[in-house]
Amino acid sequence: MKNKIFFFILILLSFVLSFPQNETVKDENGLKLDPAILKEFTIKDVRDDDGTKLEISCQKILEGENYLFKLYRKEENDTTLKVVKTFNSFPVKIVDEGLSYQKKYDYYISVTDSLGNESEKCLITGSVSPKPNLFRTEKTILLLMIIVYTAIIVFLVESVRKGKDLFVRKISGLDTLDEAVGRATEMGRPVLYVPGSSTMSDIATIASLNILGPVAKKIAEYETKLIVPNRDPIVMTVAKEVVKESYSEAGRPDVYNDNDIFFLTDSQFGYAAAVSGIMTRERPATNLLLGMFWAESLIMAEAGNTTGAIQIAGTDAVTQLPFFITSCDYTIIGEELYAASAYLSREPLLLGTLKAQDYFKGFIIILITLYFFILLISWLTGGHIVFLDKILEMLRFIFKS
Amino acid sequence: MFVRRTLPLLVSAIFGVALILQFFVPHPASKNFYNMMLDWLIIVSAFTYLIAVQSTVELHVTKIKRKVEGWQYSIIVLVSLFVTAALGIFGGAFMPTTLWMKIFPSVKPSDTTPLMYTYLYMQMPMQSTIFSLLAFYMASAAFRSFRARSFDATLLLITAGIVTLGRVPLGEFIYKGLPDVVEWILKYPNMAAQRGILIGVQLGIIATSIKIILGIERKYLGGGK
Repeated sequence: MKNKIFFFILILLSFVLSFPQNETVKDENGLKLDPAILKEFTIKDVRDDDGTKLEISCQKILEGENYLFKLYRKEENDTTLKVVKTFNSFPVKIVDEGLSYQKKYDYYISVTDSLGNESEKCLITGSVSPKPNLFRTEKTILLLMIIVYTAIIVFLVESVRKGKDLFVRKISGLDTLDEAVGRATEMGRPVLYVPGSSTMSDIATIASLNILGPVAKKIAEYETKLIVPNRDPIVMTVAKEVVKESYSEAGRPDVYNDNDIFFLTDSQFGYAAAVSGIMTRERPATNLLLGMFWAESLIMAEAGNTTGAIQIAGTDAVTQLPFFITSCDYTIIGEELYAASAYLSREPLLLGTLKAQDYFKGFIIILITLYFFILLISWLTGGHIVFLDKILEMLRFIFKS
Repeated sequence: MFVRRTLPLLVSAIFGVALILQFFVPHPASKNFYNMMLDWLIIVSAFTYLIAVQSTVELHVTKIKRKVEGWQYSIIVLVSLFVTAALGIFGGAFMPTTLWMKIFPSVKPSDTTPLMYTYLYMQMPMQSTIFSLLAFYMASAAFRSFRARSFDATLLLITAGIVTLGRVPLGEFIYKGLPDVVEWILKYPNMAAQRGILIGVQLGIIATSIKIILGIERKYLGGGK
């Protein structure tokens, strides 16, 4: 009897010692997951997504155990279980991606001990499916900004339409365009216009073609030859149309030569080499390099510089600006490229949008300055003013958006 | 007038607004619309290359006909254009075609195609040659701009000197803290200036896009008004 009691106590003791100090249990049928853990699991749809994500989370606290938990996913009407994630501690938050909003999913969880024994897979909840959303709420500020910006543009355009006079600062690079075209006419040499190396989907290319219009008009008036080599066939087609219309507007459609606006190659350095060749052979008196450029910018600008042509360059590519500044006579920097169309044509409606750009820039400068001063005050006061921290948080949210 | 003016303006406005909205809508339908637009763009771009070929042929045929200076090079351009196209059509782009393998029985399916051959052993070396010219152009441009003729140029010269030295092992050898100074120059004054330009550029891009969508900017359609 004593042996039996001793044996019973030993079994009981070994059972207690081997019993995990949490809800994960091992009974005579093997490893089993505690229903209390299962109850803590929640599955919810991820907000602001395209209906491809679900968030599976459990707030239960469980750490330092030698158990491995596996989360499985099964599509409804399917028998295969796929492992979503393996983890060994709680709380846990898993985002399951790559799902379809047209399907329903079941999630299962199992526990594996250090010996590799896996419990049966327990269903977390019933079938769930992700929902596609109709609006990205994290982009609300951006949308508001676009609406405000558009409203400012529309307001200023209307003001100009009613006769309001707007001041536009002098842009030397654009003021020199007339002089540069005049110089080419006097020298009897052509004007070379490079509309950048990018495609029509680049706004800088559109801005460049907007400048090409007034430039071509001026060239047509002076009866000078205009050469426009292109890297993209769509840009070439648009450039032809722009030049042709400008020549017609200037009353000189007879001077227009379709072969002067041509396609060269879509190879980046091939294009640079060909443009450099044109600069050397044709020796244009004026080179206009306006649009989007990459590494080929300096090759073209330096080739033009060696021919002694007057060079006006403009790009919004910050990395190429130093090259143009060193090799060209005038450089249209960044936003000036977008202002050029309004500046050259002096069309009141376009000038209105130019002013809107300035006002919005002013608004951004105010925000940055405000942020800087509040940050400074907060730093000086040791961050004890909660009100300031809240404003900083709000400004950070706006900047992030 | 409708086809040349109003229709393009309508297309720009409708698709411009639709693509802005698409950015804010995460629904799969919106994604599909965007992908469809990209497919359309690829299809249209493919067709425009025909215009590119037509332009190249017309330009060089005119040069040959008129015997303008250097017209012989135009023959080389046209021959290269047609030979490359023929190699691609009959020889295959990434894998030799069956026709090519029949003409040349020694060619295996794993062999480099003649088109790829022209790309790898002719076009690539030529591109690299032009790219390598950049180093010499950089040197000549730097020489011109670093001449200390004014206060700005002197400042540029000093800064460029520090940055150049700090980027090579010799700089660290002269003064251990030089790479940190360079890092500071690039991270703060340089980055501040770049961001200032970038903010202006982004506003310019948005303004130009809005102008096109609203039909205020029409010069890209040809003509001013």
